Order: sequence, then structure tokens, then C-alpha cells
Amino acid sequence: MSVHRKQDAPDERNVLDTTKQGVLGEPLERPEGLLKVTGTATYAAEFDAENCLEGVLVTVPVVRGKVTSIDRESALQMPGVVAVIADERLTGRAAQGMAGEAPFQPAQQVCYWGQPVALVVAESFEEARDAAKHLAVEIDEDGDEAPLDPDAVEAEQRKPTKNGDLAHAMTQAVHSVDATFTTDGHASAAMEPHAAMAQWDGQSLTVHASLQMLKFNRAELADSLNLKEEQVRLISPYVGGGFGSKLGISEEAVGASLAAMELGKPVRVVMSRQQVFQTVMRRSETTQRVRLAADGEGRLTGFGHEARVSNLPGEEFAEPVLQSSQFLYGGDNRLLQLEVARIHRMTAGSVRAPGEAVGVQTVEQAMDMLAEKAGLDPVELRLRNIPDKHPAKDKPYSSRKLAECLREGASAFGWKEGPRKPRHTREGEWWIGSGVASAARIHAVVEAKARVTLRPDGTALVETDMTDIGTGTYAILGQVAGEMLGLSLDDVEVRLGDTDMPPGSGSGGSFGASSCGSAVFLACEGLRDTLAEKLGIEASDLSLKDGFALWEDEKKAITEVLDGKAIEEIGHFEPGKSTEDYAVASFGAFFAEVAVNHWTGETRVRRMTGAFGFGRVLNARTARSQCLGGMTWCIGNALTESLLFDPTDGHLANCDLAEYHVPVHRDVPDLEVLLLEERDAAASPIQAKGVGELGLCGGAGAIANAIYDACGARVFAYPMTPDRVLAAMPEA
Amino acid sequence: MPITINDTPHDLPDDPRVSLLDFLRSHAGLTGTKKGCDHGQCGACTVLVNGVRINSCLSLAVTHDGDEVTTIEGLGSPVSPSEMQMAFLRHDGFQCGYCTPGQICSATAMLKEIAAGWPSDATEDLEASPQLTGEEIRERMSGNLCRCGAYANIVAAIRDVAGESA
Amino acid sequence: MRPFDYQRAERLEHAAQLAAGEDTMALAGGTNLIDLMKLQVETPQTLVDIGRLSLGEIADDGEGLRIGALASNTATAAHPRVRSDYPVLARAILAGATQQLRNKATTGGNLCQRTRCYYFTNIDQPCNKREPGSGCGAIDGIAKLHAVLGTSPHCIATYPGDMAVALSALDATVEIAGDGHERSVPVREFHLLPGDTPERDNVLEPGEIITSVTLPAPVGGTHIYRKVRERSSYAFALCSVAAVIDMADNRFTRADLAFGGLAHKPWHDPRIADLLIGSEPSAALFDKAADLLLEDAQGYGENDFKIPLARRTLTAVLCEATGVEA
Repeated sequence: MSVHRKQDAPDERNVLDTTKQGVLGEPLERPEGLLKVTGTATYAAEFDAENCLEGVLVTVPVVRGKVTSIDRESALQMPGVVAVIADERLTGRAAQGMAGEAPFQPAQQVCYWGQPVALVVAESFEEARDAAKHLAVEIDEDGDEAPLDPDAVEAEQRKPTKNGDLAHAMTQAVHSVDATFTTDGHASAAMEPHAAMAQWDGQSLTVHASLQMLKFNRAELADSLNLKEEQVRLISPYVGGGFGSKLGISEEAVGASLAAMELGKPVRVVMSRQQVFQTVMRRSETTQRVRLAADGEGRLTGFGHEARVSNLPGEEFAEPVLQSSQFLYGGDNRLLQLEVARIHRMTAGSVRAPGEAVGVQTVEQAMDMLAEKAGLDPVELRLRNIPDKHPAKDKPYSSRKLAECLREGASAFGWKEGPRKPRHTREGEWWIGSGVASAARIHAVVEAKARVTLRPDGTALVETDMTDIGTGTYAILGQVAGEMLGLSLDDVEVRLGDTDMPPGSGSGGSFGASSCGSAVFLACEGLRDTLAEKLGIEASDLSLKDGFALWEDEKKAITEVLDGKAIEEIGHFEPGKSTEDYAVASFGAFFAEVAVNHWTGETRVRRMTGAFGFGRVLNARTARSQCLGGMTWCIGNALTESLLFDPTDGHLANCDLAEYHVPVHRDVPDLEVLLLEERDAAASPIQAKGVGELGLCGGAGAIANAIYDACGARVFAYPMTPDRVLAAMPEA
Repeated sequence: MPITINDTPHDLPDDPRVSLLDFLRSHAGLTGTKKGCDHGQCGACTVLVNGVRINSCLSLAVTHDGDEVTTIEGLGSPVSPSEMQMAFLRHDGFQCGYCTPGQICSATAMLKEIAAGWPSDATEDLEASPQLTGEEIRERMSGNLCRCGAYANIVAAIRDVAGESA
Repeated sequence: MRPFDYQRAERLEHAAQLAAGEDTMALAGGTNLIDLMKLQVETPQTLVDIGRLSLGEIADDGEGLRIGALASNTATAAHPRVRSDYPVLARAILAGATQQLRNKATTGGNLCQRTRCYYFTNIDQPCNKREPGSGCGAIDGIAKLHAVLGTSPHCIATYPGDMAVALSALDATVEIAGDGHERSVPVREFHLLPGDTPERDNVLEPGEIITSVTLPAPVGGTHIYRKVRERSSYAFALCSVAAVIDMADNRFTRADLAFGGLAHKPWHDPRIADLLIGSEPSAALFDKAADLLLEDAQGYGENDFKIPLARRTLTAVLCEATGVEA
């Protein structure tokens, strides 16, 4: 049985507010947590297989060219080496999120420095690692003319959004800001390196992989290998972080599969940390011009946001920097223009919160500059510029807690109202200041299926190929089912991460919870209908709580209603017009206090408050943790993270975790999170939106504004490392 | 002499290139210890050797004959978790779970280091006993990266075990 | 990692004999060497494990302190005498790496730590230090970490450590044993500038092993180690200053300063002490000290910022030590 719903209109019933179990939204512990804290959760490379061979990818130090020959003997003669895989089906790039088809092939066509071109397979990891360095590869190099600098090439223009006349509005403005910002490239740097262990039985392929979106990944892998999708099974019950880098398949999955198919033995391939940095996905660097025109009261009359990003030739993805600029603030005269420079660096793709993670913070800095010019409190300026309806399209917002987040965040943080002047507080060598920024992130939902079985013993089983990449999927899907079926979380078993189960949305774009949660919800609605039918009552009269069916004054154990027979439903959720008819997005506000060292320009975030509204909260504990994670990323984004590319040959210089600086414990102070409950009926049948990325969308701007408030250094380049802060520090 | 891992003796590998980390994961079947960077830059591979925490990726297994190694599996199991493991669970001190065993091994050792009076970069008075402040915990845990950003909850979990208000 | 022959030295003489062999390297804590062997930056044919030699003692030698080459960084930083008499050393050690690494890293190994230059650690890039004659990728490349003092056209790498910077300020001595000989070298002369031979980091000859570092008798004064870095922990120095300062009658009586992150070695310029000693502290004087330090400084674009940063960090340290407000 299956329940299908395409959501063409808001679901105002708020069914989950009428159910009785009271488990949804509760800050429950993760059901899989005990496995994780005891080291017994099994990640991709850790599945046991007898006689498993070890593969190591071979990369080439050339920015562009073609592999002309590979001297297999150079590796095969080494101890323990079993095979050199240099099949034309090897992929040379990671697949973009939701591609559903093979990424770039053949790998032998080299497009960026460090591209994998072959795989060496040996009996032991140590043998394979050495042999991979030893394999002799000849390349017809064509790198001299390959463009490497995004600012030195002509860029492709994407379709702009134009309303009115921004240039004119700028000339007429009482207050205006015209500022150009840069952001350096970012790496996802998930803690688990990309890994795959493949087994082939002559007919079908089973791959334990570290991937975020299995239904798409299955199609990508099958297409890469010229197999049918039915021949490929992917298993990913635990994923050691993704942040976009595991949305699509990468070279290790294809390499392990080809080797297993050729050798008839299981093969494991794990990328080295350096390979993860050099080959998977980067967030593009950006150059952004922000123009704001305002009247005497600080109300926007014009809003401009133009951005240049980069990617490899042939890649459609362009960091969607302007995504939330479409709807965050008003201004009748608008120009939003994105352009893409084609350069030879590894593929640019999704890194946590693509677009907003770098696009909101620059607008938020410009807003801060405008507040200063207009002599307004920065919070007040933002409140004045929250538009009534989508500023470019004539449609309403579905729900929006932006003003509440700004007000409640300010109150919790202890924001001092009024216009601001920098350098007001000094403690020894340190300038102290604070800053604010709005948060905004588009909402998306994706088709998803889940099967829910109510077992004769009264417990439930939820099954989908959806993944839990640390987001809390095991908990929240269990809670949706528990709420609908009147069960505690302990009585709901959630199985994830296996393509033998119904295809969910996958984890990405913060849409996993609302999409898969809705599929589980729909399946449970079907189960409730069946139970009601068995009881001979209307479903609307049925309540389920603690394993009992309740109606009127009657009460009956669910096990009795089932009478020894399991019932199951597949919920099938499809996005429809409701998310088109409304401007649907998540909103919030950040407040940060920083200390900037007068002598060295070193910046420390001393405390930070985030207030967020993202629809229904499904689990207050895991939702808060998602926000904490996003805010931690804000600190890296603002202060430390930067991919450094060599100007001569285009290679990534800082390709490890010592030199690419993700924040460490000491960089992250106490963080405060406010979750502002709301119901967004247009967003999904469970009235939930996404939270996995919102905490990263704008917060770096709050830190930048706090740096300015502290020491008077207005820095236009992210990250704001000591050299950049010092260069902007006023003399006196 | 063999190496002892969680009270069980194991023979050392023939290939001297095998790191202690790979020995634990591939030879001893103890995959709770994680490989995040293989170069001592992330802390996911942290284990205790003779009670002292080290990065197992930067140590050759053959150098450890006679040593006593404790891994995350040795600290506690799903049926009998340690206090620190339970505190991480209670405070949601993890998300994806991959850095978690290293964080927990590190945190467990760290409390002993503070008790033993070892100073850190955050210790204000080098000649006094270090206090268990937030800054001390953060500095001493800075060798364990967490990309999910669970740091704030990890500090709360550690404070909980140490008996301070979280 | 290439295959190698693993040998364990049981006695110091044995170690020196073994280490004198061709393509042989000594393994102590391994936190740097194993890292580099995995990258095939280091490819010894023989690895002599000296980790179990009895060189871990930290002992009072009557005046100063003798720190065994195999004393862990942790043990040194936690030693009561180091904490009370040589706090600049404890501070410098604690500012480096992480607790896990310091638990394994040793005194001798830390002195021999190799540069973090991106081009040195990537075997597919030119590097005169790793492969003499192949060129320097950093000079026209990513040079943010790199040196501004004492560079050569062949190499602009920095010595990355913190401990040795404090040892330089303390004027410590490195004790070295070879096959049948022993010698002492002041820390200030232990590391080399790159010159024409950037492949040589220090004065150790093949077969020589560091046995200890000796600290002179304590001199008192104010000890400061100031490290500027991009993260608040677990990052290499953009610039660091180790200072042992003493004053009498508002005049400097001691001003032992050494600098990290600026050169191929811990930088020590005796002219700075000459300038400061006997003078009253002032912002103008500190500026002159910085002028001396930086008179021959040369940036390579990306690291130009280190020149003003070094000036400001030195000023900050001198202000902190003397109470001058600038």
C-alpha cells in the first residue's frame, strides 16, 4: 500500500499538533548515539570482507592534458601489487549533487592538478600506497595556456534579475553603499575521508560507501560503470560528515567498483586527506559587489548584488551567491547578476549552504555600513527593510520569523541599542565589539519515499535509503513515526542508508528532514487510516498514544487491533506548487562579540547568539546541534578558512588539515541558540523547513561587523586573518 | 614482546610501515579508532598508550612491543559505556560520530592530565595547579577537530563528567 | 611510504653506528618523520628506532638544567624547574602543536623538525630543500608562511617550531654524539640559513644524534612567549617572539630575544640586546629595536605582512615586559 501526495497547496491541518504522543520536537537523544560514542557504528571503510584488497588512487601533477600511456609494470612488479586499473570508465571529477548520471569521464582527460587517473590495487594498504606513488604515467601536457585566475578571464553571465533602475536609485539615494568583497574558496573537510568498499558477485555490485544521496548516487554509479541501476546496491548507514562533498559519487567509488568487477574480489579504496582536498569539491571563491540605496530613514530604494564565481569548463554548477538576496530585503530598483569564470581548479560544487554561506555575509556587512551612514541601530535598519512580499515577484512569504529573531536575539544577547561608533571598548591589548547579521536560506523539498511497518508486537519500523550524516535523521524520522503512531522513540526502529529500501530524498540542501519526514508522515497517515478502518471508526476520531488506540471513551491496545498481522505503508511525498506560490525560506539572526588584538590583528569570537525560525522543530536537541554546527562554520568562514591555489600551476597548496584551518575547539566559545517555533504550511506536510545550513548563512557577517565595531577595521576580504585585519586597522 | 590492546595481546605486524592506527583498524579489527587525516592533524585516531594520549597515525606499530594500548572500545561498550561516553550522548557531543572516539579518548586522558597538574597554553599561572576552566578544556581539546561543529556540546559533556555545571 | 629496514638501537653507541649508515634516519617520537615518510618527502632505507634509549631524563646539572633528547615535549613543559626557572620554554612548548603530539614529540626531534613549506611537503612540486636544484616553488607561489629574514634565492622556508625559539632566547646548548665523538653547539648556531644548501636544516652530520639540550643557570626576569597564529590553537606561527627581559632602575639589564616564523632558523640578533640594555624603555626605543630586527627584511608578496607584524609583535612584547603603554 502506498500513500502519495504532491503538495500543491499549504497543509494547514497541522496534524502533528493534534496527535497525542508528544514525542515530536522533544530534545531526545539520538537512537544511534550509543554506537557512535563507543566506536561501534560502522562507516564505509570498516565493513569486514574476507580477502579484501586495498586500492589507492593515482593522481597526476598536471593542470591540463591527456594521459598517453601508463606503464602498468612499473607498479605490478612491486611487492603485493595485484592490478592497475586505468579503465576508460574511471571518473575524473566528483558528480554534482542530484546529477543522477556519470560525472566526467574518462579520467585520463586531465582538467585540474591532482586529478586521479588510475587505481593501484594491492594486498595491503602500505603496498598500494607506495605503488600508487611509483606508477609511471605519461601525459601529453597542455597546461601552459590553461586559465587559472578567475579574475583574468572573461566570465559567462547568468540570467540577471532586474527591476527598475539601480544606477539611478544610487544617484538619488540619501544614503548609499557601494562595496566590493571577496571570499576565498572553502573545503567541506568532512572528518571521514571519502571511502568505498565494493563487492561484485558476477551479476550485481554492492558498495559500502560514504555518500549523502543514495538514489542519485546509485544512478551515477550505474551510469559510470555501464550497469543497470538494479545491479547496484549502495549501503551507507553512517556517514562521517558530508557538507556537500558526498552529494555525488567521487572517484573512489567508481575505482573500487571497477577493481572489484575486474578482480572478482572485494576492494576498498579510501582517499588520502590530501586527495580529498585536491579532487573532491571546493566552494568557489567569490568576488561580490553590493550596492544599497536608501532614503533618509534608511529604507532601501535600491538593492544590487553582483557576484563572480568560478568552475571548470563543462560544469553547470555556479555557487548561487545571490540566492537569498532575491528575497531578504526590499528595494524597488534591483539588479542581481551572477557570472562564472572558467578556470582549471578542481570541481566547484556544493559545500554546506551553497550560495548563502558566502552571499549573505557581504550583504550584511553592507547593511552595517548603511546603518552607520544613516545613523541607525543596525538591528533597527534591518527591521525597517523587511519587505511585505517578495520584492521581485508578486507573492507572499509563507512564514518568516526574521523580525522576531532580530528582536529576541538582540534581547538574549544583550544588544546595546542605538547608532554605533567603533573603538568604544578596550581591555588591555584587545578591542571589544559586537555585530549583528540576518540569516536567510532558501527552502527546498525533494521527492521522497519511506516505508513504515506497524509490527504485530506494536512497534514500528521505518525504512528508507535516506542517510544520517550527523544531522539526526535516525532521531527525527523515528519521532515523526512515533508521534503519528502513538509510540515512544524506543518503540520505533529506523533503518537508513541502503538502496534496497525505498528511495528518500538524500541528505543535502537542508531538505532531508522535511522531505523524508513528510514521506514518513504520509505512510503513517495511511497506517492510521487502516487502524481506524479495523476499528470501524473515522480516522479523524482516532488518537494513538503509548501503544493504545483511543476514540470517544474507548481504548484498545494497538497490538490487539493488529491481531498478529503487520500492516505497512509506503509514504510518497512530492513537492508541488505550494513552494512555488509562496516565498518559502528559513530566517534568523546572529549576534557576535569579538576581541581584536590591537598589535597583531588576531580576532577571537568571545560569544555568539543565533536565533532561528525554520518551521516545526522536529527534535530540539539535534536542531540546536545543527545550529551550533552552522555557527561554528561561521567562525571558520569569517576568520580562518581559505583554499590557497598556486598561481603558476594551479595546484592547491594547503591540501591538509594542518594548513587549511577549520576551527579548533579553542576558536569556538559558548554559543547560544534560540529556536523560534513556527508552522510553515506551504513548506511541507509536516510544516517543517530546513535547519542544517541556516546557522551558517550570514553569521560571518556578524563577526565582520563586530571586528569593525571593535577596532574600526572594515575588512572586505574573507577570511579575516591577522594580516587582513592589520592592513585595515586605523593608525590611531 | 606482543602489543596489548584493551587487555588482549596481539602479535606485531611484519611490515614495519604499518601505523599503529592501521594496525588497530585492519589487523586487530578495532575500527572504533578513526582515520581522518593520517598525518596528526585531526585527532580522530587518538588512543591511549600506557595511559598517555597520542595520535596513533604517527606511530609505527612495530615500535609498540610491550605497550598497553587503550582504544575507544577499551573505554566502554554499548552495554557498559564509560561515564564520558554517556556524557557525550547526553549532551549531543557529536553529530556524524566520526571524530567522536578520538574526542572521547582525548577527553578521558585530558581530565587525568589536569589532575596531574600538567600545564597548557591556557594556564595563567604556570606554577599553580591548572583549573578546569572552559578555556583550559578548549585549549587541551584543540587537537581533536570536529567538522560538524559539536565543540560547544563536547565542552559541556566534559564539564559534566568533571562535576562542574555544564 | 617506501619500504625500509627497521632497526632498534639498544645503546647510544649502537645508535650512532647505525645512524651513520647510508640513507639512514633516526626515529624518535616520529611525529614529523612518519608524517614526511608517508608523503615520501623522507625516504630512508634504514630507520633506526632510538626511542628506547635512556635519553629521556630531565636533570639538574648543578647550575642549569639538562633536558634529555628523548624527553617528551610534555615532560619538559610540565617539569617544575622549567615552569619556575625557564617559563619562556614551557610557554613556547605549550604554544606548539597539540597535547597528543607533545606527548610523543621529543626535544631532539623538535629541534630537527622540518619546514611546513607547502612546496617542501608536496613531492610533485619544485623544492631545493627536498631536491636540490629543482627550484623554489614558494618564491613566486604561495608564500604566506614564509621567511622574511635570512632568505636566499634558493629557499624562503621557515623553521616551524616554537621550542627552539625559546631555547635560542635562553642561549641553550645542544649536546651531540657521533660515532666515537661528542660535541656541543649553541642552539643559536644549530640551525642554518638556507644559503646555497637549503637541504641542510642544521649542523648535524650523518650519524650524529642529539643527546640533550642544556640550559644555562636561571637568570630570572620576565619571560614571555608570544605567538601570532591564524587559529587560536594548533597552528604554526606567523610570527613569534621569545623574550627574557630584566630591568633595574627603569633600565634594561637583560633583553634576550629570539623570533620564530620569520626565518629558516630561530632568529637571534645580538644587536637588539646591545641597543636595549642600559636604556630606558620607550615606544621610540622599541621602534629602533624593530628597525634593527627588520633592516634587511624582504617580503615575497604574500608574506609582506610579516614585516609590520613582526614590528608590532615585538613592540607588544616589550610593552608587556616593561609596562610601557604605546
